[in-house]
Amino acid sequence: MQRYSGFGLFKHSLSYHENWQRAWRNPTPKKKYDVIIVGGGGHGLATAYYLAKEHGITNVAVIEKGYLGGGNTARNTTIVRSNYLWDEAAHLYEHAMKLWEGLSQDLNYNVMFSQRGVLNLGHTLQDMRDIQRRVNANRLNGIDGEVLDTKGVQEIVPHMDCSANRRYPVLGASWQPRAGVARHDAVAWGFARGADSYGVDLIQQCEVVDMVIEDGAIVGVKTNSHGVIKADRVGCVTAGNSGVMAKMAGFELPLESHPLQALVSEPIKPILDTVVMSNHVHGYVSQSDKGDLVIGAGIDGYNGYGQRGSYPTIEHTVQAIVELFPIFSRVRMNRQWGGIVDTCPDACPIISATPVENLFFNCGWGTGGFKATPGSGNVFAATLAKGEAHPLAKPFSMFRFHNGALIDEHGAAGVAH
Amino acid sequence: MLHIYCPHCREHREEEEFHVKGQAHIARPLDPESCTDKEWGEYLFFRKNPRGIHHEIWYHSTGCRKFFNVTRDTVSYEIKEVYKIGEQPQVVAKG
Repeated sequence: MQRYSGFGLFKHSLSYHENWQRAWRNPTPKKKYDVIIVGGGGHGLATAYYLAKEHGITNVAVIEKGYLGGGNTARNTTIVRSNYLWDEAAHLYEHAMKLWEGLSQDLNYNVMFSQRGVLNLGHTLQDMRDIQRRVNANRLNGIDGEVLDTKGVQEIVPHMDCSANRRYPVLGASWQPRAGVARHDAVAWGFARGADSYGVDLIQQCEVVDMVIEDGAIVGVKTNSHGVIKADRVGCVTAGNSGVMAKMAGFELPLESHPLQALVSEPIKPILDTVVMSNHVHGYVSQSDKGDLVIGAGIDGYNGYGQRGSYPTIEHTVQAIVELFPIFSRVRMNRQWGGIVDTCPDACPIISATPVENLFFNCGWGTGGFKATPGSGNVFAATLAKGEAHPLAKPFSMFRFHNGALIDEHGAAGVAH
Repeated sequence: MLHIYCPHCREHREEEEFHVKGQAHIARPLDPESCTDKEWGEYLFFRKNPRGIHHEIWYHSTGCRKFFNVTRDTVSYEIKEVYKIGEQPQVVAKG
C-alpha cells in the first residue's frame, strides 16, 4: 500500500495525479475463508480491519450486496459522542471514542474527525435533572462532560435563541467537548483501504441469499453471483437487513427496521461550529465543512425498508430546528434521504453469538451506530477471532432479551442521536 | 404521506392523524406464570420484521381514537387492506 503523505501529494502532482494506485483491489472470491463478514458498511469494514491488524486473521472476505459504505454509513449525520448513561453503553462508546481520536493516523487516511463538542439541550426542569445525572455518571466513567446553564450555552452558540420567553426555553445543556463529527464516507474508505492492505478480500455487488448450515453450525454462505463460499466463522453486520439475515439462519432477532431521515441545506457561510442536539424538541443540527447544515431527528414510527421516509417527520424535524434557530427559517433545504435503522427494544446494540454455532451478529445499533464504528468493529473482531464475546461486548448478547438484563438507554440517549 | 382508511370513520385520512402501534395479532400467553424466560422474553421483545407484507396495529389518535389493523408492504409502503380488531387478514405473505 502506498502511504498517503504531504510529500506523496507533491510527488503525484508532478504527474498530474494520474498515477495514484487504487485504494483497494476488486478480487474474485476464494472457495473458502477463515472468516466471512456479511455487510460492507463502516462496521463490517472496521471488523475486517481489526481482525487483520489485531488478531492476525487475514484470510477474510467482506461480502457486500451493493457498494462499500453505501448504506447507513453514507446516510447518517456523522455525530460522534460517548456521553451515555449506563456503564455498559458508556464503556463501549468511550472505547470507540478513544479509537476515533487516533483513527486518521492509524489508518493513514484523513477521516476528518473534528472534536467540536456536542451540546444536548435541556428545556424543562426534568431535562436538567436527567442531564445532571447523566453528566455525573459520565464523569464517574472517565468520560468528559459538563453541565451548562443558559448563559453557558449562549456563549458557545450565540446564534441560538436562548431567550426565556420561547415555547421551549433553553435552560441549559450537557456539553461533551471531546465529541464531534467525522467524515462518514472517509471512515468506510479508510477501513476498506486498511483491510485490503492486510489482504482482506472486499467483494462488492455480491448478495448473500442463504446461509449454509450443517448440524447447527454455519459452514458458509450462498451468494447470488459467486455460489457457495465457505467459512469457519461468519459475522453478520447488516444493519437494517439483519432481521432478514437472521431469518435465513432460522431464528428471530428482537429488532424492528425503521426509516430514519436526514436532510442537508444549501451551503452557507460558517455559522455553527459545534453540534446541537435536543431530545425535547427533537432535532439535531451541525454544519459540515462544506457549509451545509446537516439536520436529523427521529425515526418514522412504522416499520419500513424503503430507504425513504414520510413528510410529517421532516416537517416535525424542521420545526424543531427553527424553534431553536429562528435565523435558519429561510435557509433552503437541498437534499433529504432515509436510511434503514435496526432498532432494539432497549436502544442498545446486539453484539452476540447466536443459536447457530460459529455465526455471530453485530446489529441493532438503531439510530446511533456511526459514532461506534471503530469500537464496534474492534470488539466484534475480537469476538469473531476468539469465538466468544469481547468483555465490552458481553452485556450486549441477544440473549439479554430472555434473561431480562436489558441496558435501557432509551430514556437516556435513545431519542436523538 | 400515507393515506389511511379508518374502518371506524369510514374515510381516508392523512398519516399525521394516526400512530402506528406495532405488530398485530400478538397473543398474550394464557398462563404467564408457567412461561419459560425464553417464551416470556419472546412475547415481550421479539417482533416480526418482514421485508414485505406486514400486519400492524394503527391508532386513529387525533380522530376517533380507535384501534384497527393494517396490512402493509414494508418496501413499497402500499396499504393492502384495513380490517378491524378481532378480524383476520385476507392478504398474507407467501411462504
